[in-house]
Amino acid sequence: MTKLAEKAAAFDVQKVREDFPILRELIHGKPLVYLDNANTTQKPRQVLDALEAYYRHDNSNIHRATHLLSERATRAYEATRSAVARFINATDRREIVFTKGCTEGINLVAQSWGRTNLKAGDEVLVTWMEHHSNIVPWQLICAQTGATLKAAPITDRGELDLDAFDRLLTPKTRFVAIIHVSNALGTVNPVASLVARAKAVGATVLVDGAQAIPHMPVDVRELGCDFYTFSGHKMYGPTGTGVLYGRASELEAMPPYQGGGDMIASVTFEKTDYNELPYKFEAGTPNIAGVVGLGAAVNFLEGLDRAAVTAHEDALLAYATERVRQVAGVRLLGEARHKSSVLSFVLEGVHPHDMGTILDSEGIAVRTGQHCAQPIMDRYGVPATVRASIGLYNTREEIDTLVAGIHKVREVFG
Amino acid sequence: MSDLRELYQEVILDHNKRPRNFRAIDAPSRVAKGHNPLCGDRLMLYVSLDGDRIADVAFEGSGCAISKASASLMTEAVKGKTVAEAEALFARFHNLVTSPPDEPVTTSGLGKLAVFAGVREYPARVKCASLAWHTMKNAIEDRGEVAKTEEGTD
Repeated sequence: MTKLAEKAAAFDVQKVREDFPILRELIHGKPLVYLDNANTTQKPRQVLDALEAYYRHDNSNIHRATHLLSERATRAYEATRSAVARFINATDRREIVFTKGCTEGINLVAQSWGRTNLKAGDEVLVTWMEHHSNIVPWQLICAQTGATLKAAPITDRGELDLDAFDRLLTPKTRFVAIIHVSNALGTVNPVASLVARAKAVGATVLVDGAQAIPHMPVDVRELGCDFYTFSGHKMYGPTGTGVLYGRASELEAMPPYQGGGDMIASVTFEKTDYNELPYKFEAGTPNIAGVVGLGAAVNFLEGLDRAAVTAHEDALLAYATERVRQVAGVRLLGEARHKSSVLSFVLEGVHPHDMGTILDSEGIAVRTGQHCAQPIMDRYGVPATVRASIGLYNTREEIDTLVAGIHKVREVFG
Repeated sequence: MSDLRELYQEVILDHNKRPRNFRAIDAPSRVAKGHNPLCGDRLMLYVSLDGDRIADVAFEGSGCAISKASASLMTEAVKGKTVAEAEALFARFHNLVTSPPDEPVTTSGLGKLAVFAGVREYPARVKCASLAWHTMKNAIEDRGEVAKTEEGTD
């Protein structure tokens, strides 16, 4: 056995599947084959139970009442903050800001950091493989401040063109925003090295980790980035939850993103003093139940052998890549040397949308479309792709079902 | 498979493979663009009017089988018709693809377009089937805007 296969074998996928009630659903009378995990993941019973238990036993508002329920709700909410800080190895739990998702985290940084620090002549550098959520917020703030947005190109394999990236990094580069794992191609970027290069020109760096956090251990101190954002719903947690990690010194220097309750220390009509970190960035009643559920998702992932999970997923992706590649007429998009979880492809003569409908009739859920990454579609000259994306509960048999489904598509379109 | 064959009827597969009137028209009376941003379907529709009559109609673009076949069959169906007749046909077609699947629907007067009856079983695909028609409507009303079929417009 190869080293990867050995590690992958240490992961009991059948056992973990039992934790996900939705995997027992029948779709058009067929067992669900859920391969749309880059879009959102399914939720284990541990998360579902935490949500229900919170609403049944602890529901209350946080940080403001003296009664016992409020204390319990506050404790549960803040316990997730500590769990997340540990999960990504932040220095301090004050560096963990809860958001409604990865997108909000990026917008928060773009608006709060950007408004304070960007001016005409400055440059913000992103890459061609960014999700729209790591392009548009920067376009908005560049338009507001007069800064210029630059994009580093990618190679045919779907890897970042490092020479071009280096050339685009100049003393004008004030901010660099990069995706950790491409949601459209699966490319894993060499983030620690990219951060070091950006730091060398004095830039501040944000990493969009939405597609990385469910698949690999993330250590923000090792990466060296100033900001790291991700969504709860892509890591087996509830929708409407997300995390912005920010280096404390950066967050402290930034103005609030939104004003409201909970983010203030004192308010008069003359002057408002803002609350301390991280509350300065959490205006209004947050998604308390969701954050409690996110804590359960973190505990769920930490309860697994994460190296074995990664090995299982990587082995499955390698298997899927080989099987799908062999289907006549298939073209794979994104063949980076280091990939995670995503298999993007097109089938000659069949539009991805039609393939999506036919695969669905076989119980197979995939994403079809542009994956919120239109620049990548333009780069490869395709209007859309089919994307199968792997989660920790997927099996080799499910990949076989996918391949049979693609053959069925070919049959229908003769 | 039987359900799928309801959607992907032979006529649709044929028009997807060999779309009719798939070309540009030199000096058309009207041109309109259609775009379905959700799945990336794009088409350019050309119309030549002879008074009130659609003398020629053609399209170019890329899209899924349903959108391409719909555009192809539409061009065949409206060529030679008056603008009012074409609009009436759109109303019937729209009713065909958007009526609830559990209710009976009439296909009278629709001719070959009746093959799209299966689309109503697939709400996500209604936009694909109606894109060409919305674009046609814009063209003949000369609105000069891009027809978009997004969530909620159908």
